[in-house]
Amino acid sequence: MSPLSRREFVAAGVAAGAGLVIGFYLPHGSQSGKKGFSPNAYLRITPDNKVTIVVARSEMGQGVRTALPMILAEELEADWKQIEIEQAGASTLYGDQTTGGSASIRTTWDPMRKAGAAAREMLITAAALTWGVPRGGCTAESGAIKHAASNRSLTYGELAEKAATLPIPTDVTLKQSKDYKIVGQRLPRVDSPSKVKGEAVFGIDFRMPGMKFSVLSRCPTIGGNVSSFDDQESKKISGVSYVGKIGDSAVAVVADSVWGAMEGRRVLNVSWNDGPNKDLNTAAVMASLKQGTSKKGASLYSTGDAAKTSGRRISTEYELPFMAHAPMEPGNCTAHFQGTKCELWAPTQVPQDCRDSVAPAIGLDPDQVKVNVTLMGGGFGRRLEHDYAVEAALVSKAIAAPVKVIWTREDDMRFSTYRPASLHQLSAVLDGAGFPAALTHRIIAPSISGQKGQPTPGGVDPDLPDEAGPVYPLANYSIEYVMTETPVPLGWMRSVYALQAAFALESFIDELATAAGKDPLQYRLHLLAKDQDLPYFTTTWHSARMRGVLQLAAEKAAWDKPLPAGRHRGIACFGCFASYMAEVVEITMENDQPRVHRVVAAVDCGQVVNPSILEQQIQGGIIYGLANALRAKITIDKGRIVQGNFDDYAPLRMEETPAVEVFAVPSAEAPTGIGEPSVPPLAPALCNAIYSATKKRIRSLPILG
Amino acid sequence: MADLTFRVNGSEKKVSVSPQTPLLWVLRDTLELTGTKFGCGAGLCGACTVHVDGSPVRSCSTPVEQVQGKSVTTIEGLGANGLHALQQAWIAEEVPQCGYCQTGQIMTAAALLAKTPNPTDDQITQAMNGNLCRCGTYERIRKAVHRAAGNGGAR
Repeated sequence: MSPLSRREFVAAGVAAGAGLVIGFYLPHGSQSGKKGFSPNAYLRITPDNKVTIVVARSEMGQGVRTALPMILAEELEADWKQIEIEQAGASTLYGDQTTGGSASIRTTWDPMRKAGAAAREMLITAAALTWGVPRGGCTAESGAIKHAASNRSLTYGELAEKAATLPIPTDVTLKQSKDYKIVGQRLPRVDSPSKVKGEAVFGIDFRMPGMKFSVLSRCPTIGGNVSSFDDQESKKISGVSYVGKIGDSAVAVVADSVWGAMEGRRVLNVSWNDGPNKDLNTAAVMASLKQGTSKKGASLYSTGDAAKTSGRRISTEYELPFMAHAPMEPGNCTAHFQGTKCELWAPTQVPQDCRDSVAPAIGLDPDQVKVNVTLMGGGFGRRLEHDYAVEAALVSKAIAAPVKVIWTREDDMRFSTYRPASLHQLSAVLDGAGFPAALTHRIIAPSISGQKGQPTPGGVDPDLPDEAGPVYPLANYSIEYVMTETPVPLGWMRSVYALQAAFALESFIDELATAAGKDPLQYRLHLLAKDQDLPYFTTTWHSARMRGVLQLAAEKAAWDKPLPAGRHRGIACFGCFASYMAEVVEITMENDQPRVHRVVAAVDCGQVVNPSILEQQIQGGIIYGLANALRAKITIDKGRIVQGNFDDYAPLRMEETPAVEVFAVPSAEAPTGIGEPSVPPLAPALCNAIYSATKKRIRSLPILG
Repeated sequence: MADLTFRVNGSEKKVSVSPQTPLLWVLRDTLELTGTKFGCGAGLCGACTVHVDGSPVRSCSTPVEQVQGKSVTTIEGLGANGLHALQQAWIAEEVPQCGYCQTGQIMTAAALLAKTPNPTDDQITQAMNGNLCRCGTYERIRKAVHRAAGNGGAR
């Protein structure tokens, strides 16, 4: 029942990579009775020459419906133009389908390649048998097997039935990156046309006959519940058919239109039990972090003995607020409860968690719950939760009809799961040349997984290993984590703890460079000068690769050339989700506020699968990171979230958008994460630029207060 | 409830709804034109942008009675004879990531090009600034508007 945590899944996926494909093979004879060839759960080739590739991760804008099939199609030697894409719902065939942790490509790279390669080899064998020629004379190319000696050719569709009778090879040779024809190309995204025509079906757009609409009135105080409600006024609204309690802390209003449900909720009279947090405010939360400063932390990373080093000591603290994901498509889910089964249409990053949390809530077994995955209007981690799915299932059960639950923007803002607020204590001892002979970084923050009741072995939030890495190979270096508690609901938000860790570390490194009177780029390059491996939980970081992205970003930004008068710049680097990232931010100051003109980003994420999507993800992460750095701040008053819409929690607008230039280090290494790594370096690079302009050091986000 | 008549994408539509119902929900729920999106419900994000008699409006904040007798164009009716130049440009520049806000972006851009066939960067910023995108596609939006303008603007 209890699904693997997101982080355990990533670790398991990476570790098990090579063996995964075997487990995914469908047994012979279980090919749904369809004529054709389906050697594994990812691929189906039918005699009409249709090649269907199944995507078992969720599309939230990051391009998986294009990029994952490209990987399989490459090994299959398919004709990309003939590929059709199918979205998998919750299934037992694909391992953990969680879409998060910048993991889709890095955890399916091997299974997808092997699935394609196995099919290719079987198609070659099928052709050789058909023609009665040796396999060695047959080649796969653009969706056909060719026999050059006799100038014959058969399409994959023509070979499908024969191939389906052959044994599935367990050991296949994968292509060399130099031979790639699809991977590495700027292929257009498969979902662009439907998205610009308004035909793409997001969760909120899904319709089915007889479907009702519902909005919920939820207790505004964290941890409170419903005392009583009076539905008299609501039921006067045209189309309102049901008003009822859902769980302890919400009342659902159901109508035959979204507007009817919203109007019904507007006039609903509910009285709430505010519960234990009715006096909670932001100051109290930050005070609880402060109390953590006196506690001993769990060690995340330790070399030498940072405590025993003596010399010139510099210590400081950094502080970050709660933040909300705020994807453009508000939360929603459609459910159809039918007694012994329930079907969901969910914009979700976790179809399997939706299934597993919905089932007990409505008294069914998980295999009685079917979850279809729709397109998502952004995710950013908000849809790693499954509250919207449980609500929809409960309402559908209550009214015995299909229903779509829709959240308003205010619902999304006030009932989200927030990026944890955090406090960071940084301390360094400088050697005679001004470089850190010792460095300690204490991260004081509540644990997302801990709050959700998931394991936190050794007092460590399982996300930190991917997101609070050491970056620099220092002789005496300690990273500690002090786990605190908060009643404020916590969630995984794009780059999770890396945003906080990078802001603190990379601002501090800049402070040290300033104290040493050295150029911030040269200071970092000096710290990374020695080629060294830094093993850190599941990832081994390489100082040479971090140096590589710093040098590339600096070169492209012309770091060694002076800027025009009034322009200033800052630099930062960080590694997370196994990728390396450096960013140079150029600003001017206008009325004491920074205006960002240009960001030059360099990434080393191994093999690039689709450069256009890579560029989208890096640009998008930088814009998201810039909004986070400038203004993102969720505050709490009287136990309630204060912010409600895009006026008091304002994303970045076009007028504030800098030019973002993206460069990737050429690499044939296995691909690593790209959805999140561009977010963390932005805030410190920007704050370092502000320091360069004003000599004022920003140690608390957001920058604009 | 009231019976209201207006044109949507060239066809006359009669609806029987509360006159205060925002046009957005009439389009989405009554007429099943779901290309127009709900983002904020307060005119702050632009995801619900449609044209009323050629001008861009926020359908989430426009009571349907205000469009009585008027002509509404949604994303579904923008390219009457195939894709609008902007839709083509959006595909060519690979603008959409999640894509949720893009129909509203395109409708705003179409209203801009109809009045200003060759907009400057500043004119694009001014016109598009009310449309939010959490995926951060603004740079490619700007390029796509320029590309469509280069094709002669609106078809």
